[in-house]
Amino acid sequence: MATTKAKSMHISGAEAVIRCLLAEGVDLVYGYPGGAIMPIYDELYKFQKELNHVLTRHEQGATHMAQGYARTSGKVGVAMATSGPGATNLVTGIADAQIDSTPMVCITGQVAYHLLGSDAFQETDIIGISTPVTKWNYQITRAEEIPEILAKAFYIARSGRPGPVLIDITKNAQFDTFDYQYETCKGIRSYAPRPVIEKSAVAAAAELINQAKKPMIVWGQGVILGNAETVFQAFVEKTDIPAAWTILGLSGLPTDHPHNVGMVGMHGNYGPNLLTNECDVLIAIGMRFDDRVTGNLDTYATQAKVIHLEIDPAEIDKNVKADVAVLGDCKESLTQLLPLVTANDHSSWRAQFDDHYQTEFEKVINKDINPTKAGLTMGEAIAAINKHSKGDAVIVTDVGQHQMVACRYAKFTQSKSNVTSGGLGTMGFALPAAIGAKMGAPEREVVAVIGDGGYQMTIQELGTIFQAQLPVKIVVLNNDFLGMVRQWQQLFFDKRYASTEMINPDFVAIAKAYHIEAVSVKDRADLDGAVAKMIASDKPFFLEVCVEKEDNVFPMIPTGASVSDIRLE
Amino acid sequence: MEEKKHFTISIYSENNVGLLNRISAILLKRHINIESFSTSVSEIPDVYRFVIVVHLSQEKVKKVVGQIEKQVDVIKAFYHTDEETIFQESALYKVKSSALFEERHIQNVIKESHANIVTVSPEYFVIEKTGFRHETEKLYNDLAPYGLLQFVRSGRISVTKSKMGISEILNTFKNNQ
Repeated sequence: MATTKAKSMHISGAEAVIRCLLAEGVDLVYGYPGGAIMPIYDELYKFQKELNHVLTRHEQGATHMAQGYARTSGKVGVAMATSGPGATNLVTGIADAQIDSTPMVCITGQVAYHLLGSDAFQETDIIGISTPVTKWNYQITRAEEIPEILAKAFYIARSGRPGPVLIDITKNAQFDTFDYQYETCKGIRSYAPRPVIEKSAVAAAAELINQAKKPMIVWGQGVILGNAETVFQAFVEKTDIPAAWTILGLSGLPTDHPHNVGMVGMHGNYGPNLLTNECDVLIAIGMRFDDRVTGNLDTYATQAKVIHLEIDPAEIDKNVKADVAVLGDCKESLTQLLPLVTANDHSSWRAQFDDHYQTEFEKVINKDINPTKAGLTMGEAIAAINKHSKGDAVIVTDVGQHQMVACRYAKFTQSKSNVTSGGLGTMGFALPAAIGAKMGAPEREVVAVIGDGGYQMTIQELGTIFQAQLPVKIVVLNNDFLGMVRQWQQLFFDKRYASTEMINPDFVAIAKAYHIEAVSVKDRADLDGAVAKMIASDKPFFLEVCVEKEDNVFPMIPTGASVSDIRLE
Repeated sequence: MEEKKHFTISIYSENNVGLLNRISAILLKRHINIESFSTSVSEIPDVYRFVIVVHLSQEKVKKVVGQIEKQVDVIKAFYHTDEETIFQESALYKVKSSALFEERHIQNVIKESHANIVTVSPEYFVIEKTGFRHETEKLYNDLAPYGLLQFVRSGRISVTKSKMGISEILNTFKNNQ
């Protein structure tokens, strides 16, 4: 058994926490201090040369930053908070990381062991609270437990289907001293993160693919999490199969790749949604058939044979029954599949996607990105970002209309470029996630695209950007509405706009108060220049784009409808 | 909708203080009621076993067991129908001692039920009956007219007719390390 052993030394639990983080290759943590985690913060002070701590303005921000960092770097994000309210403020980010399979380790301080259950100051049962939204959690009550448990935490967070782990450490365990020695975790007997791929399943999948006349791929984040982009692209090109993405799969294949036919789901592209119900073989790769992707399950791809490449056994047959399930890491399964599939020509079938794209372009896309009406559109703002970033930026989005527009129109040339809150739909995600995304990929341009609603949920993180002097570009698409809810109210609630109109502050003045250069654009003539200036800047930059108040996002599959009932207007 | 029936979920796990919460959270999230629950050590040292009875469709119990097995501290989880398991429940009945001597009929009830008398004191006596639900229920109904001071029934304990293969899983892990 290969081990990474450090020499034994007699140190405090708090120092051991820092040494464990360093041993796991962590050089950056996001967090917020408080009473029950002070011994660890004292060690952070001593180790500040080796371990950078970013002080956030709210603990929720720490989790989203850790998520953004994980999504662009591929490494485990780390967030820290004190007990009680510090810990409970982490919960939204943890739930987001759980449903979007983001590797994250959260460390919380806890009251001393002898006070547990006494309703001590800032005591809360964070283990109980976080259980349903963590991949694993554990309460450390003795310093001696720290190395083994933290090693397990990192191993669990990043292996298999990644996810968040929370480790709660009582204050006495931080103060107590013990003989420290670190060994990285190589395996846990009750946990099999990488299923062994069945050769027969791979062969059965290849046979279905080779015989298919109208095959279609829907890929998800599994391709990105599994670092399978290269073999995935080779598979797509060899088989000549049109490939559509779920929102978290975006950027796994370049957006301009000829086989990339766009997004599936509620606000996805017209072609891939319609043709889901016409394909004969549906190849799902690293995705989980979320209801926003499938619409009504009873009418979803019922004509197709379904092949599901998936690392998590619990996802097989969960929503859509697989005719062939290939359990395993998709990089491995695609590597095994590639030599078994025959080179094919599906050009006439792929042309159907192009035809539908033309229809969608005329009815929706052209009006969105090349509008002739007076008001600015979200689509043209995204198009301007594409133009000046040359499709090379990381785009971080929040939740709502701007998110759908950004994901539909953003151009990506490389993977790990789309950072968004998919499964949980967490408003307030984007601003802190963009901070983490920039620190996870410092050499890349990072543009946060946010609505006026979500922006104000975590707007205090402008303070973090200012203090850390991070050149994050912030674009707020302001329609003075909670736009997506307003759209639903218009379409399904007879325009009763219950609590969706926002009287907004002067966003430029707020950014300037944090010494961030800020511009607001109301006229089309100013948009291109403002975006150019923003991208050219090597400092943090805020751009408000005042867009049409009551624009809607189309196409749209109404809740509960079939993917083939997709509406263009 | 597929027909609902009773399924026994058997879980082999590590001994982690939070695991019970984790398993119950999976059921809670899906609004599933626990019909019966018990936990103990298993045939393997340091491996614990949960036995949970739920009333669900087969499709749903399969998904729930998938989610349970996904938990890091769960070694393996299974579900079985009643026909695939051998199961029992235990019940304790506390009756006032005067009933035993004043009502001769109660002696026949105890004898016919094959129940055991666990303890007798001047004030009360305690009867234990292990068996199927209908058997412990019958004894309950038979004793009720004499006045039950206390009654309690355990969760279902069950073993399966088929092999579980937990040692094999653990040995495979050991050999791969």
